[in-house]
Amino acid sequence: MEQVEYEILDETLKVILPSEVDHCNTVGIRKEADKHIYSGRVKNVEFDFTNTKFMDSSGIGMIMGRHKLIKPLGGKIILTGVKDNVERIINVSGLYKLI
Amino acid sequence: MEDILKIEMGCKPENEGLARIAIATFMVRLNPTLEEINDVKTAVSEAVTNAIVHGYEDKEGIIYLKAMIEENKIEISVKDEGVGISNVKQAREPLYTTKPEEERSGMGFTFMEIFMDEVHIDSKVGKGTEIRMIKKIVGGDK
Repeated sequence: MEQVEYEILDETLKVILPSEVDHCNTVGIRKEADKHIYSGRVKNVEFDFTNTKFMDSSGIGMIMGRHKLIKPLGGKIILTGVKDNVERIINVSGLYKLI
Repeated sequence: MEDILKIEMGCKPENEGLARIAIATFMVRLNPTLEEINDVKTAVSEAVTNAIVHGYEDKEGIIYLKAMIEENKIEISVKDEGVGISNVKQAREPLYTTKPEEERSGMGFTFMEIFMDEVHIDSKVGKGTEIRMIKKIVGGDK
């Protein structure tokens, strides 16, 4: 299976997402991201969509969940490399208004 | 003559991707735009995820995926023999989810309705759920 990569720079955890983000891999991403958040080393989470061609509502749920977790810490969610189909899904979901 | 595709698959998250690819490949003969392919893929992904997460609650079961093409319309049915939905009206509401602890966004049906022309839900508690979705494919340059 495709690897998800995690990088920490200062207080930001960067999650380099795979080509498809769905229920199949969001469970694992959530676990791994939360491990870093709970460690207290990171405040912000950047989701890098550069390689991502597909995402469904499972991905939206996963991002909203991380948002809920880091907001009380004064952290924020950053979305980068978003394009085409993923852009549409995020727009429709209202996620931009939330984060 | 109608054109048909039928797939029976196990209740495994890995099969979500398979379902998307199968339907996307099947509908290519309608000469769809990339956006139309993505719309249908998203709707199929939501329906299959629902069957796995809610219908079978991540346990064993068979998901029946069927697609039919008639003229320029694609009709897709995703059926499970799982727990069923007790309140279909509520399930369709945006952001409503029975599994907030699993971080379901509650947007599954909303996405299906946005990306398809018609979404019909037939569900009986204890028997299962069938989701039937229809979309007219306008397509690109013919």
